[in-house]
Amino acid sequence: MSTLPDDVGLSLVPPVAEATRPTVVESVSPGRRVWERFKRQRLGYYSLLILASMLAISLLAELLSNDKPLLARYDGHWYVPIVQTLSEADLGGELLTEADYHDPFVQQQLTAPGNFALFTFNRWGYKAMNYFPETPHPAPPSASNWLGTDIIGRDVAARLFYAFRLSVLFGLALTVSGVLIGVALGALQGYFGGRVDLVTQRLIEIWGALPELYLLIIFASFFEPSLLLVFVLLSAFGWISLSDYVRAEFLRNRQLEYVTAARAMGLTNLQIIWRHVLPNSLTPVITFLPFRMSAAIMALTSLDFLGLGVPPPTPSLGELLAQGKTYLYAWWISVPTFFVLVITLLLLTFIGEALRTALDTRVRDSAAAAS
Amino acid sequence: MTAPLLELEKLSVRFGDTVAVRDLSLAVQAGERVALVGESGSGKTVTALSVLRLLEEASISGAIRFQGEDLSRYDDEQIRTLRGRDISMIFQEPMSALNPVLTIGKQIIETLVLHEGLSARRAREAAISLLESTGVADPARRVDSYPHQLSGGQRQRAMIAMALACKPRLLIADEPTTALDVTIRARIVELLLKLQQRDGLAVLLITHDLHLVRKFAQRVAVMEQGVLVEVAPTEQLFEAPKHPYTRRLMDSQPVRAVTPVEASEPTVLKASGLRVEFKHRRGGWRERFRRNTLAAVDGVDFQLRRGETLGVLGESGSGKSTLALAVLGLVRPAAGTVEYDGRGVKYASNAWRAMRGQLQVVFQDPFGSLSPRMTVEQIIGEGLELHRPELTAAQRRAALIEVLGEVGLPESALSRYPHEFSGGQRQRIAIARAVVLKPLIVVLDEPTSALDVSIQRQVLALLTRLQRRYQLSYILITHDIAVANAMSHHLLVMKDGKVVETGETQQLLGSPRHTYTQSLLRAAQ
Repeated sequence: MSTLPDDVGLSLVPPVAEATRPTVVESVSPGRRVWERFKRQRLGYYSLLILASMLAISLLAELLSNDKPLLARYDGHWYVPIVQTLSEADLGGELLTEADYHDPFVQQQLTAPGNFALFTFNRWGYKAMNYFPETPHPAPPSASNWLGTDIIGRDVAARLFYAFRLSVLFGLALTVSGVLIGVALGALQGYFGGRVDLVTQRLIEIWGALPELYLLIIFASFFEPSLLLVFVLLSAFGWISLSDYVRAEFLRNRQLEYVTAARAMGLTNLQIIWRHVLPNSLTPVITFLPFRMSAAIMALTSLDFLGLGVPPPTPSLGELLAQGKTYLYAWWISVPTFFVLVITLLLLTFIGEALRTALDTRVRDSAAAAS
Repeated sequence: MTAPLLELEKLSVRFGDTVAVRDLSLAVQAGERVALVGESGSGKTVTALSVLRLLEEASISGAIRFQGEDLSRYDDEQIRTLRGRDISMIFQEPMSALNPVLTIGKQIIETLVLHEGLSARRAREAAISLLESTGVADPARRVDSYPHQLSGGQRQRAMIAMALACKPRLLIADEPTTALDVTIRARIVELLLKLQQRDGLAVLLITHDLHLVRKFAQRVAVMEQGVLVEVAPTEQLFEAPKHPYTRRLMDSQPVRAVTPVEASEPTVLKASGLRVEFKHRRGGWRERFRRNTLAAVDGVDFQLRRGETLGVLGESGSGKSTLALAVLGLVRPAAGTVEYDGRGVKYASNAWRAMRGQLQVVFQDPFGSLSPRMTVEQIIGEGLELHRPELTAAQRRAALIEVLGEVGLPESALSRYPHEFSGGQRQRIAIARAVVLKPLIVVLDEPTSALDVSIQRQVLALLTRLQRRYQLSYILITHDIAVANAMSHHLLVMKDGKVVETGETQQLLGSPRHTYTQSLLRAAQ
């Protein structure tokens, strides 16, 4: 804490001499303090680390789970099939279509002496179908498809891996867009108040009364379903509850004296909002971030489950769950999907809980560390 | 000698690792008025709360005896019956201590039914007579009022009525008058004295206000940082304080340090016929269609010369803070003109925005007036960035270091955040923010009323020194006559938006003409 002298000495001489005192402790910014408090929440902190590394690994999905080899040598030529499109003819076959690296002929070509192929860790991409199954699809886990195949023969492990990445990225994007819209509108309402607030609030109420799901169904029939469409529609409604919190914080903070002081200084409204009110109004926003993200992931999953979400062949947790529901015996589809979903949401919840404790000024540091 | 009514022996209160009260021993006899005096953080309120076991998460050691019985052996249920019946408490802010959704009558009746077992009708009659005895006007009607319908003084009277409902033996009054205006303060003290004598009640008064102590207490206990440093009968303590801390408290009354202003100094601010209105809505749907305005400031004229301080004295609701906002251009006057440095202003013009740098403000609450997420460097430097954009980063930093030295803070304060400073230091930061631009005029809105007395004096001395050095003109908004007297050349006394009296400070305070000024002065003595 402070190393400055307390203001109790009664001398009227200004304590300028103290200016020479060396500083002992470096100051921590409020944001840094929250981070320190968050780090002390073991469960939440490790959850964040785990989720972050899971995401980081999944960002490299193409290098880890792909039906195309990373590197191949054929007839003395080096190829990078992962970025290159090679036809079967290039590899000594007849067809001019892209090579299927699971085709026994192609495999044979690549393992011939002098030739060589470096495959990824899991030899399936999310789109590739297993045309050479030992059992009919959906096939149970085997040496080639570790978590079996889905109904049309795609590798469940690969699809889960890609679907996880898509869900988390989608959740992040939806959270960011929701925060941007919600904070901007809430700030506008709260800072200007009065008539602006009144009119905007009524408009928000009307907007919020629109049935989101029906709109999605209607739009899905108008336009070609795509990830972008789902994203736009979900972000158009995802900010509503958030703007209320920001508005309330702004209403409270704009009355504080430091805002009056800033106005007296001659700052413009935008400067006051950006520099003075906004940083002090973000606590509820930050607290809700992980929960908003898990809600976004759930929303995408539910839409996909209902078949209103992303179009095939996009890898999606909801679509996998729907298959699992249709083919109840294919436990290798439903059970792993369920676990991926539960673990992701659980990690987000732990992060959210820890963040909430870290931001709660009523919980003292010692108590926060103990919990 | 019989056992004292309340006896604290070696009381220590700890919150985690911090010791709030250390080895405190104090006795209050039946029917005695004892004052517990100290600055904020001295542990005086904690001591009082520990008696009624109202502290959460505190570890208390030592003995608390009430009427000879050790309260530490009481279970929570026994303590609860003690609260309100034998020991009751009144708080500083009656608005937050009263339940806003219950009428005051209900709240008094509740205690009576709970502790005395009266029937509802009898309790209501008792409540009315209690309100009457505490001087609440028209008690038969007021008994059904909600707290927000009463004025501050009336609310505090209702609180006292509630506290006295069960005829307690001991009343703990925690800063009972701090939130009230001076003229009302005096009346509340008189009321407490009258009731104390009537009921033979013991009162433990917790306060930082030495005036109040002198008027009220028989014995004074002085606390400093959790330690009881001196206990003495009131007369003796005021005549010959023994402990250096007590002496420091006594001397911390502000002293007048005003340099006369030459008649040749130019006028920097001139207001004439200034009127500020607020929309005011009365009940009833028909009123919605009428324009009702309330003049918060009504026809105020003044002028301020370079290097001069104009004190604006008034109680809450007198319009003095609105006047400050109007001078700062933060509310637009409905009528009248304000001239800065001989020029009229067009609000929102570029010239006006440039003028803003010449017109600064220091607020009352050093906790609310500094943005908690900015460093001191950002807080003070913001005005420089805006109004002196030609400065390089190094020049700006040099200016910041200079102004920090000026207000008595080390350079290392620059990278720190407001929460790391005490109240007095924060007020210094706020002053630095105001003077870093070398403004013409600084509006001081109750600059010291949130500070402890000893710090108050230092801050006033700092303001005076800065005024002399930079030839600053101050508008000092205050309710405290001692502060107004210490700083200002001229005084405006305001009541209900109007100036009731104006003149040279010492002349005005020496022989006030208006009855309102006279009553203010009487109350402050």
